[in-house]
Amino acid sequence: MSAADVTRQGLRGTRPGREARPGREARRRGRRGEQAMVPPAEFTSYYGRPVINSPVWRSPDIPGYLFLGGLAGGSSLLGAGAQATGRPALARTAKAGALGAISLSLAALAHDLGRPARFLNMLRMFKVTSPMSVGSWLLAGYAPAVGVAAASALTGRVPRLGAVASAAAALAGPAVAAYTGVLFSDTAVPAWHEGFREMPFVFVGSAATAAGGLGLLAAPAGQNAPARNLALLGVAAEAAAFELMTRRMGMVAEPYTTGRSGAYLQAGRVLSAAGAAGAVIGRRNRAVAALSGAALLGASAATRWAVFHAGLASAADPKYTVVPQRQRRDGGGAAPARAN
Amino acid sequence: MADPAAASGYHDPPPRVGFFTDTSVCIGCKACEVACKEWNAVPDDGLVFTGMSYDNTIGLGADTWRHVAFIEQRRPVAAGADQDGKAGEAEDGLRWLMASDVCKHCTHAACLDVCPTGALFRTEFGTVVVQEDVCNGCGYCIPACPYGVIDQRKDDGRAWKCTLCYDRLGAGMTPACAQACPTESIQFGPLDELRERAAARLDQLHGEGTAAARLYGEDPGDGVGGDGAFFLLLDEPEVYGLPPDPVVTTRDLPSMWRHAGVAAAGLMAAAATAFAVELLGRRR
Repeated sequence: MSAADVTRQGLRGTRPGREARPGREARRRGRRGEQAMVPPAEFTSYYGRPVINSPVWRSPDIPGYLFLGGLAGGSSLLGAGAQATGRPALARTAKAGALGAISLSLAALAHDLGRPARFLNMLRMFKVTSPMSVGSWLLAGYAPAVGVAAASALTGRVPRLGAVASAAAALAGPAVAAYTGVLFSDTAVPAWHEGFREMPFVFVGSAATAAGGLGLLAAPAGQNAPARNLALLGVAAEAAAFELMTRRMGMVAEPYTTGRSGAYLQAGRVLSAAGAAGAVIGRRNRAVAALSGAALLGASAATRWAVFHAGLASAADPKYTVVPQRQRRDGGGAAPARAN
Repeated sequence: MADPAAASGYHDPPPRVGFFTDTSVCIGCKACEVACKEWNAVPDDGLVFTGMSYDNTIGLGADTWRHVAFIEQRRPVAAGADQDGKAGEAEDGLRWLMASDVCKHCTHAACLDVCPTGALFRTEFGTVVVQEDVCNGCGYCIPACPYGVIDQRKDDGRAWKCTLCYDRLGAGMTPACAQACPTESIQFGPLDELRERAAARLDQLHGEGTAAARLYGEDPGDGVGGDGAFFLLLDEPEVYGLPPDPVVTTRDLPSMWRHAGVAAAGLMAAAATAFAVELLGRRR
């Protein structure tokens, strides 16, 4: 009744009239009545098209920004601590590194805009509901402090102002390193949003790894001990937070272990293991310390690229949007915990 | 939820308006797509053959503000003459679902929440609109939208989406898509009235045996506080490319900020530890 086919013999079947009802299904073959104790292996989608639109953020701009922002934030802490504990060479390295990193990251942010000339519209208002707005204001305060701190450390001039700027940068630095976790999580991208509890910890761990790595790479052997300690703490925190995050995510963690993201993750693990081992073994050896520092910087970057690509992969496959939402809606036991 | 326009600070706003898209009477003519493109001067975004039934529009985006989905289902359907309840001998018929998708103009709109420039704003009608002279193309709204509505126009850099014909509303006119719809599948009006109409239509369809009919996005208690543009569907939402249980991402934002605060403090503590262990080591 419901089908009319045009054939060589003419129209076969009948077309429903103008008052047609959509019709009811004669038999339901659906999964309605069954108790789904495990997530359904099948799911439906519209021709496999993604439900959400993929982020238009590009690599290397945005993962690079995450890496550099973390490197800067961690380095500001290292720089202020080095100054306070009488390690001037480490202080200079860290402060110059922070300035270089934050300058590059601002350039990357502006470059990624669809309308770079409207960069300053970021400061048109302040909105706590927009992590990007909060971050923009944070950077607007942090970057000048980093600049003054670095200029003072490198030239030896205005030491008092330099000390105040160092302290300010050390206070804002951790916020710069942590807020990017919120920036990514505050989206509908499954592999980012579902990790919102652990993402800031992954990111500050990665920031500590990077800042410690830079200290090991560039500071003299006599002064790099705090950098090594920070890097080791960073590697441990990052690994633990990442493990916790992917365990809690359930099936949404899949993109982290497969494809591009999986490759970056693997590379990051190798680099961080090598870097941590080198940092411990090569305590007195400048060359080994520098090599391990470079490996740690690479490990931190690999984490950022892994998170970035996992998000893109989870946005591109409707499975990661539909299946968890179905479980949540249908009250399946495996529903992810809701936020408090 | 109170009226979102009032919550946004409008004094004595007009009634909240929206769309009720009844997909059970959609005939897939795409008049809405055309009317929208024409009125809003939305540029061409290419034509590719997708093989997705008669849908080469693919989905909502910067240059598609109405999108008609076509779904062909081979399944037993009892229709028309079988309405007397004696159905059972169903043909293995073709069921064709057609649905015109559009921006949902959420009560809790993630795109608006995360926009750092204020380019996205809530209008006095309770709808959500982008100001193209403010948008700097940061792209944050795009992954924030749980429905995949808003997107970046490639050669332009800015984000674009349905305005619910803000200009026409201001002149007391009906949005272009609703005006062009020949079957009144797209109904425009005050949201309260649309909800009543939708509930009556749902009752009618259920009474006639269309058990699978359901409303989507009409519930103010859902994860986005209810949609300003909601739908009557004949199958699961994901069949039409809609998320089954969307939640505005910013609902979790307070918790996100708390976690980030602890993480930042942790980084500070880690740095302090990195120096302190050396001090202790030296003293020993």
